[in-house]
Amino acid sequence: MNSPTSHFVPPRRMGVYDPIHQISMWEENFRNNVDLSASTLLIDDAEIKFDNQSEYASHGIPGTSKQYDQEANRLADKIQRRLAQNREAARKSRLRKKAYVQQLESCRVKLMQLEQEVDHAKQKGLHIGGTGLGSNSLDFAASVNSGITSFEMEYGHWLEERNRLTMALRNALNSHVSDIELGELVDGAMSHYFKLFGMKSAAAKADAFYVMSGMWKSSAERFFFWIGGFRPSEILKILVPRIETMTEQQRSDISNLGKSCQQAEDALSQGMDKLQQMVSESVAAGQLEEQTDTPHMSTAMERLAALVSFVNQADHLRQETLLQMSRILTKRQAARWLLALGEYFQSLQALSSFWANRPPKPA
Amino acid sequence: MDKVMRLASEKGVVIFTKSSCCLCYAVKILFQEIGVSPVVHEIDNDPDGREMEKALTRLGCKAPVPAVFIGGKLMGSTNEIMSMHLSGSLTQLLKPYQTSSLS
Repeated sequence: MNSPTSHFVPPRRMGVYDPIHQISMWEENFRNNVDLSASTLLIDDAEIKFDNQSEYASHGIPGTSKQYDQEANRLADKIQRRLAQNREAARKSRLRKKAYVQQLESCRVKLMQLEQEVDHAKQKGLHIGGTGLGSNSLDFAASVNSGITSFEMEYGHWLEERNRLTMALRNALNSHVSDIELGELVDGAMSHYFKLFGMKSAAAKADAFYVMSGMWKSSAERFFFWIGGFRPSEILKILVPRIETMTEQQRSDISNLGKSCQQAEDALSQGMDKLQQMVSESVAAGQLEEQTDTPHMSTAMERLAALVSFVNQADHLRQETLLQMSRILTKRQAARWLLALGEYFQSLQALSSFWANRPPKPA
Repeated sequence: MDKVMRLASEKGVVIFTKSSCCLCYAVKILFQEIGVSPVVHEIDNDPDGREMEKALTRLGCKAPVPAVFIGGKLMGSTNEIMSMHLSGSLTQLLKPYQTSSLS
């Protein structure tokens, strides 16, 4: 901020700073510091106009000679110029300050929103990082849908139990327990997976979009997502090599199972494509309508209801894959396979954490 | 009921569907992948559609579509077909009706 004189008071406080006050202060200083032997130059407050009138200097200043008249004029010009400069500088300063404060305010609001999102996500045990918090995350993180809220809590407990079962399988295989004991563990792990499918079915009824989105899973698991969960054929392809010795019959059976699984997945995927196409057609048909209860929206909603069935069918496929594997494999082999399965998902979750916490690339 | 049973026995593989049902579409695709060309009856485009729907429900098909009949017998809906396919029994049942050669 430019100060014309050392006596000029900079505008630190908005409320105090106004042109009249400033000029009367300046005026005071002027009176104190300017030495005119003839008389004190009086500047009438009421006569001061803020729109640069050059007649300012000619208002009646009684009792001076011509010499002092000229000096008075020059001084009056100077005063006028300085006042104008001050006003301009003050105005610019006010504008800059206003812009800055507005910017701060909007940053503050944004920060509060982000903090809320993070809090909500942390409370529900969701994994944060990567693409977890986007503009739509408030739909998931701040969901008032009680069906979803309870699912998220249950899923947290389910994960803990899954990890415990995985560790139990590892310990059992390492300590060479009997096949019967192993069998019990295998049955327990299988029922645990089936329990998840039941939970997901209830959640899908509450909000199928939510289950389909995979927001309740870690980001790496979401990368491999297929209709609300893992792809059944993948867990066969990736994890079967982890089972050490298999008979020819077993290999053949597993190969057939993989093929059927793939075909069933393809069929469901194509059904989903058809569903998307139908929903988008009915939404587009009603694009010019503004109300939500027009026929087009109702049609779109009816069609979208099929999404719940698809999620259920995909989970049914997952369940059947697990069941078939447990029939083909011995208890010991099944234990190894289920251990590999648990460890695979744990690794995907770990990958998500590493990815979220990776150091930023140098600029 | 008569109409349903009549249509179901006309050919080896018969599926009752609705034109708007995407799961029905998925089941059709699955049969094609297995190399079978089922006869498809869209009950929502049939004048007797309501009756047929009731008949299918009474036969035990809760959905009621898709309803799959093989050799005139009701096999079930999507769930049953998927289970059967993964267990290998579906392909066995469909062997006599396969029209295209499979790898």
